[in-house]
Amino acid sequence: MPRLLARDVTLGYEGRTVTSGLSVAIPDGSFTVIVGPNACGKSTLLAALARVLRPSAGAVLLDGQQIANYRSKEVARRLGLLPQTATAPGGITVGDLVARGRYPHQQLLRQWSDTDEEAVVEAMALTNTSDLAERLVDELSGGQRQRVWLAMALAQQTPILLLDEPTTYLDISHQVDVLELCARLHADLGRTLVAVLHDLNQAARYATHLVALRRGGEVAASGPPAEILTEELVTDVYGLACRVLPDPETGTPMVVPRRPARSTTATNGRGGSADGVVRADG
Amino acid sequence: MSAPPRSPVTGRLVRLAGGRVTLRVGPRSVAVGAASSVVVVVGALVSLTTGEFPLTLAEVGETLAGQGSRATEFVVLTLRLPRLLLAVGVGAALAVSGAVLQSLSRNALGSPDVIGFTTGASTGALIAIVGLGASTLGVSVGALVGGVVTALLVVALSAGRGTQSLRLVLIGIGIGAMLLAINSWLITRAVLQTAVDAQSWLLGDLGNRGWPQVAALGGLVALLLPAVLAYGRRLALLELGDRPAGGLGVDVGRSRTVLLLASVGLAAAATAAAGPIPFLALAAPQIARRLCGAATPVLVPSALLGAAMLLVSDLAVTRLFAPVPLPVGVATGLFGGLYLCALLVRMWRGSTT
Repeated sequence: MPRLLARDVTLGYEGRTVTSGLSVAIPDGSFTVIVGPNACGKSTLLAALARVLRPSAGAVLLDGQQIANYRSKEVARRLGLLPQTATAPGGITVGDLVARGRYPHQQLLRQWSDTDEEAVVEAMALTNTSDLAERLVDELSGGQRQRVWLAMALAQQTPILLLDEPTTYLDISHQVDVLELCARLHADLGRTLVAVLHDLNQAARYATHLVALRRGGEVAASGPPAEILTEELVTDVYGLACRVLPDPETGTPMVVPRRPARSTTATNGRGGSADGVVRADG
Repeated sequence: MSAPPRSPVTGRLVRLAGGRVTLRVGPRSVAVGAASSVVVVVGALVSLTTGEFPLTLAEVGETLAGQGSRATEFVVLTLRLPRLLLAVGVGAALAVSGAVLQSLSRNALGSPDVIGFTTGASTGALIAIVGLGASTLGVSVGALVGGVVTALLVVALSAGRGTQSLRLVLIGIGIGAMLLAINSWLITRAVLQTAVDAQSWLLGDLGNRGWPQVAALGGLVALLLPAVLAYGRRLALLELGDRPAGGLGVDVGRSRTVLLLASVGLAAAATAAAGPIPFLALAAPQIARRLCGAATPVLVPSALLGAAMLLVSDLAVTRLFAPVPLPVGVATGLFGGLYLCALLVRMWRGSTT
């Protein structure tokens, strides 16, 4: 049995159910990526896996036990969460924010140890944020800030790390930076990673295990991207016609959307020829 | 112990009990706390020795040791010492209450006096004075109940959807305004002497209080302050947002509840003891945070600074305006009002640039 799995969970907020009867297993040592259309419950699932959202039915199991039965700090020593919406208090330095990640390892009367110091230094080195230590988080660019939040989650030093859309708001080079870092954490440090991503091509390139959720929060398919990421799956999950080609750089599946067939002059008169091409291919 | 040349983390480590206890404190927190403590000690000595009946330090010492004359015993033990202890206790309780609520609501305006909790305590006290003709103790109980009920009402109404921070502040201000109207109405319903008593209670004063108030306040502070301090580090994590805090191992629901109840309890206890003292809960934690250069609430420096501020304010109104002292609530109201203006202007500038 994998260390982390959701079994028949029903998730929602204040009476509004986002998903019900959802079962997802996170293979140990995998880089699992969860994809799916907007509002299909990706972040909600991640929150439940991290115990910050309690399922109204079903259970999340961590190391064979119901996650709800653990003490909060115990969960936070086994899995870390980088949420989408985190706000840094005004006037906090980068080093102090990263140091917050050590909280689950500390006690009321033991607020700092040499291990804490080492973990913070190491997390900042891994994320290339060491030089920013004394800067204020408010002053950083979006890309720097995201790396700082990631450093905070890394300082937590958990074997499992959950990342909710870690590439949002980043330009493409910073997106690649973050994903390469995740890949290194997975490959070199043996961490189990679970990330929600929007970009299917990035998901296919970096994931070892892909979970595709349909709207309504059902699992449409799960498995290695090369096996499951097909034109049919993309159409099923997103309602999008596409072609799936091998990525020229990595050979992983690459999704290329088709132009929607339009009979009117919506594309400024040149639509006719584009439609023709699509029809010829399909 | 070979610390790396430069730690990425600010603040300093305080190691006690042979390294078994390690506390991390902000860079300037120790200095601010120490300076506030000095002010409290000096203020205490001044308040015990000066006044209409000047005493030497030796006389005060003898009296405290139980060897004073009947006159010095009356001045020191009945008049000055309870007043001094109340100033320190009320100042600290209000400052910590404000620090916690401002942090939980992520808004400087989220302090118990702005969002109606102290007004609610006043309503409770007025109901006790006007409606039930209650004694001093009854007034205190009324204030406690009024404060807690108001807080529960404001929290219940602001729970649910939306950003809880601004909702809490706005609903609190609304409820507070309604309660002010109720307070005025209660006073108009009272017979003249009761109305005068009620009005003087509403000014917020440390005079005409005694050991029963000191004991009640001391008991509540001794109960609630440790709870707040034990949960205090979680405040800094809750400021990151509920999900990040949860991910770091904070039991978000329980922590919020404990901190909120303790904060309301402290504000209500302070109001029960001294009447509504305006603006201290708003200003003291903000000033402490700025002085400490901290990004997150600094509870112990806030408590000490709040105690120092109220003690100095009380000394000012009693010694500068003798023989007819001003109620200390008038002084904190004046200075706090100015501080609130400055705060609003700065917030407004921050939101328009």
